[in-house]
Amino acid sequence: MKREHVLPAATLGSLLAIWSFVVYVFEVPEYIVPSPLHVARTFIRDFDTIMRNVVPTAIESFLGFFVGNLASIVIATIFVHQKTVEQAFFPLAIIIRSIPIVAVAPILVLMLGNDMTPKVVIAALICFFPTLVNMVKGLSLVNPQALELMKVLSASKTEIFFKLRLYNSLPYLFAALKIAASASVIGAIVGEWIGSTEGIGALIIQATYNFDTGLLYAAITAAAMFSVLFTALISFIERRVVKWSPEIG
Amino acid sequence: MTDSVSVANVSVRFDSDRGTVNALQNVSFEIPRGGFLAILGPSGCGKSTLLRVAADLVAPTEGSVSIFGASPAEVRRRRDLGFVFQDAALLPWRTARENVELPLEVGNGARLAERGRSPEAMLALVGLADWHDSFPHELSGGMRQRVSIARALVTAPKILLMDEPFGALDEITRDRLNEELLRIWRDTQTTVLFVTHSVQEALYLGQQVLVLAPHPGRVREMVEPDLQKERGLEIRDTEGFVRQAAHLRALLEHVP
Repeated sequence: MKREHVLPAATLGSLLAIWSFVVYVFEVPEYIVPSPLHVARTFIRDFDTIMRNVVPTAIESFLGFFVGNLASIVIATIFVHQKTVEQAFFPLAIIIRSIPIVAVAPILVLMLGNDMTPKVVIAALICFFPTLVNMVKGLSLVNPQALELMKVLSASKTEIFFKLRLYNSLPYLFAALKIAASASVIGAIVGEWIGSTEGIGALIIQATYNFDTGLLYAAITAAAMFSVLFTALISFIERRVVKWSPEIG
Repeated sequence: MTDSVSVANVSVRFDSDRGTVNALQNVSFEIPRGGFLAILGPSGCGKSTLLRVAADLVAPTEGSVSIFGASPAEVRRRRDLGFVFQDAALLPWRTARENVELPLEVGNGARLAERGRSPEAMLALVGLADWHDSFPHELSGGMRQRVSIARALVTAPKILLMDEPFGALDEITRDRLNEELLRIWRDTQTTVLFVTHSVQEALYLGQQVLVLAPHPGRVREMVEPDLQKERGLEIRDTEGFVRQAAHLRALLEHVP
């Protein structure tokens, strides 16, 4: 084991120990704060329930992630090639970005019904703006001399896009995708909070109302684990795609 | 006319917020095919602009440029133009070989393979035969600039334009590359326009040295150094070289 693995593991262990100790010494009731051991026991006892609810949340996150990021990549590409469109919409996009998506969630549920659609849309919206901003940056901030080189080589706009801009954008894109991975999970869970019957979000609401705090903590743990795995998957792909020394993040 | 690079009465004006800038004013000169012109001047003399006009990156406000009888735009479209930037401008996601291959992949470049210059041969020419698969971040500044020279030569250009290519390198690397550039120039018989602000470099490399004066950028004097064509670096210690370098320096310092 390397030092950089041992140290965070030791910190985590210590935090769990302090948590157990405080709960035990101050005799905190289980329905207020359960001990880590109780959470772990609940996690194993209700493993099937938790997994059944992780699946819809995961599907909504993946779909929202895919749709939201695809939309931002396409729109960023249009922005870079049609300056007028960018000038007309980009400042507006920046303003719309300031609207807290979480606050809009009930409106979307009202509009789109109570199936997976509003959850996917919320997850997609949360992913959309950070990726759009980064993708526009990545496609436009190319080395000016590389751009001049392409002109000297009589390269077409399509060639400049596929040989220069797209590669240039990849480090920026992956920086945004890593944020989007965890953000899409947040979006899906928030969507499920509003009148949903399945998913980690719904499980969190039910567990809270039933004072089943152990299940609440176990559900949160499952959501966190999924989010970490999702982000790790994106990092894994990034390391395989962006092999050159990345210039940013 | 058809066997020379001739620049006739070229002026370039840029409009900026603070009024019109005369980057170049009435610049004329002519160099023969296979020549090596060093363009020497202080910053602000428009020497890079002059190179950009020749590369069809900047349109002259007045005047014309003829490269072996063709306009810069025609020369560019025919892919007879090589350009080396100060920052090597390599694509960081491509290996050395892939960077040298780029000119053959874009701008209808596949047909240029017929000109008979392979990326491997060009990398060997610049002394990087063993570095094909290295990425730019694994190469030193001097090696990156060698790759960019190989990239410029792979299309067998008729004219090679170099914009202070060694300006950011340390002196030892710069000397080595100057020596090798002269060898490559002799081997490939390409016409070279080389921009620099170093008197030593201009005199060592140039068969002709065009001295520019700033504000507005204009021709101070066209100098034809009295040095043999085959030159080693040691020539820079000869009395003739030192005397001519002093003359160039005087031209730069005493602008009428």
